[in-house]
Amino acid sequence: MAEITYREALNEALREEMERDPDVFLMGEEVAEYDGAYKVSKGLLDVFGDRRIVDSPISELGFAGLGVGAAMAGLKPVIEFMTFNFSILALDQVINHAAKIRYMSGGQIPCSIVFRGPNGAALQLSAQHSQACETYYVHAPGVKVVTPATPADAKGLLKAAIRDPDPVAFMEAEMLYNVKGEVPDDDDFVIPLGVADVKREGTDVTILTHGKTVHVALQAAQKLDKDGVSVEVVDLRSIRPLDVDTILASVKKTNRAVYLEEGWAFAGVGAQIVSMVQEEAFDWLDAPVVRVMQADVPMPYAKNLEQMAKPSAERVVAACNRVLYR
Amino acid sequence: MADTKTKKTPKAADGLRGVPTDTALRLLREMLLYRRFEEKAEEAYAIGKIGGFCHLHIGQEAAAAGTILALDEGDYVISAYREHTQALARGMEPSVIMAELFGRATGCSGGKGGSMHLFDVERRFMGGHGIVGAQVPLASGLGWKIRYREENDVVLCFMGDAAVNQGAFHEALNMSAVWKLPVIYVVENNEYGMGTAFSRVSATEIHERSCAYGIPSSIVDGQDVLATYDAFRTLIDEVRGGGGPRYVDLRTYRFKGHSMSDPVSGTYRSKEEVDGKVKEADPIRLLRDELMEAGLLDQESLEAMDAEAKKQALEAFEFADESPLPDEGELYTHVYAELGHGRIFMDGRERPGGGA
Ligand SMILES: Cc1ncc(C[n+]2csc(CCOP(=O)(O)OP(=O)(O)O)c2C)c(N)n1
Repeated sequence: MAEITYREALNEALREEMERDPDVFLMGEEVAEYDGAYKVSKGLLDVFGDRRIVDSPISELGFAGLGVGAAMAGLKPVIEFMTFNFSILALDQVINHAAKIRYMSGGQIPCSIVFRGPNGAALQLSAQHSQACETYYVHAPGVKVVTPATPADAKGLLKAAIRDPDPVAFMEAEMLYNVKGEVPDDDDFVIPLGVADVKREGTDVTILTHGKTVHVALQAAQKLDKDGVSVEVVDLRSIRPLDVDTILASVKKTNRAVYLEEGWAFAGVGAQIVSMVQEEAFDWLDAPVVRVMQADVPMPYAKNLEQMAKPSAERVVAACNRVLYR
Repeated sequence: MADTKTKKTPKAADGLRGVPTDTALRLLREMLLYRRFEEKAEEAYAIGKIGGFCHLHIGQEAAAAGTILALDEGDYVISAYREHTQALARGMEPSVIMAELFGRATGCSGGKGGSMHLFDVERRFMGGHGIVGAQVPLASGLGWKIRYREENDVVLCFMGDAAVNQGAFHEALNMSAVWKLPVIYVVENNEYGMGTAFSRVSATEIHERSCAYGIPSSIVDGQDVLATYDAFRTLIDEVRGGGGPRYVDLRTYRFKGHSMSDPVSGTYRSKEEVDGKVKEADPIRLLRDELMEAGLLDQESLEAMDAEAKKQALEAFEFADESPLPDEGELYTHVYAELGHGRIFMDGRERPGGGA
């Protein structure tokens, strides 16, 4: 196993899958000559050439739609959004076309495509450039949504996403690209979609989360550990498909849960998960499930307001204490 | 008097190439302020006073001065994220802009918008937008309002060259042409998106882009502020008279990287290319030299002008630096116009300042 960054892990996954399957190509803004705005595709142009690593114009709806068309005809596009903030321009192609084409065609037309790129809050980028977008994608049946938290997950899940027969929104965390971790170097290291991962075992309270906030949860867990509270951190890894069994097993074990995410609370992913937990594990709960989310406002630019708007380890600690009635 | 055939020494009243002398001097003064302001911003960014992205307009000053200074007070301006100097051109206070860049309460958006989202409704400066091309339909909407209320104003809509590949651009131009909206779409053609040369991702030239919609298009040398000013006065008159939209390929060049994290030259454009442009096509130097050659400006007044620009930039920096951060209670303000009955915020948190 090698210790590499989240960014390098994604790069390896792309490289290996492109070597493995000639139908896989990468398209997006600045992905080729510039090596990717966040350098995820670094060096791939040299290896695969400009037939397969393609710089697009700044036309999100256009190139996402082109990808969907190519997937309908059997290719396996990986479409990079410079960040998921800009993918909102392309939502029609993803939601109305990629997500529905198999269903509408009675199973005749495939759509194996990955939409990937950085997602979530960044540092002082303000309202249009700093937001978590997973809720837009999970809402539509037909799309899978993956949010890796570690380099190993990034690699294994991206390989699975590219091999997946369905459209996958693969949402990387902008702030995690430099995070390092051990990653198996085996070409066939694939993590199946829909399998959650218990990132930390504990007995008193479960934190359910995914993506970047897994690290916030682990920080909070460490702090609580000092107070004698044993926290279990469940990383969902993919939101669709959702590993309901792992979630319920953990909640039934600790009897208390906190949901942590960077998106807005209202009608968000957490709302769904809390609803499911109370429907299916009500009798095991010793307290209502509490959510820790981004403040219900567009992201402010000012440093102090931004910090208040984002979920923090302190707020997670407070939420855990609340469900523990401490 | 010298030989008028070889060397022209016009009187101040004659002006330069049809632009009155005082206007030409004002254009120079403005551009110096923009340059000094942005150099200050660059410095502030380097020491961590400004966060996030910061897109400088250095090298493109004439594209702000030569266009916006040709407008009347009631006209609208809307732009993308490279808009500091356009905001200055529209008369916004340097200190208030700098404070916004610093994320302070005294900024034009109270610190909520930052570098990419400058607004001043009183001066009809409508932003400050971060999604490439998305301001173009908004400009049509501003034009729609003017036509709807039978007013006589015009809209200047700025965008970068990369924005013309967005669908929003085409939809907006079509509607403006159909409804003869008073909008001038200005493409600040600096040849590059972030790191992608326009020619690599575009099937046609910038100036051809409006042909399909029957919108008259012109090419203007955006490094020549007098030519730009002159061209825009004419265009604005045409549009104000009900002539429908116009479209301009304003040729310019950005002297710095795309944003503070992007090197000036390197992967996508060579050092020779950038150095050459800085040498040949600095809009400030070009105007300065022309004014001096015509005897309309001397070294002393130039230095005084520049000193004043530097002073304004420094004052802006100091004002911003001394300004307070926004009050924590501001986190939940301005999301909605007002809070009525029922619970409006849905994150279950206690709110600073106690908002509903
Ligand atoms: C819809 C969208 N896609 C991508 C981006 C990221 N991005 C910001 S600026 C930029 C390049 C734009 O270039 P251009 O329009 O020519 O303006 P310039 O920066 O040259 O002034 C890109 C790709 C964005 N902000 N919005």
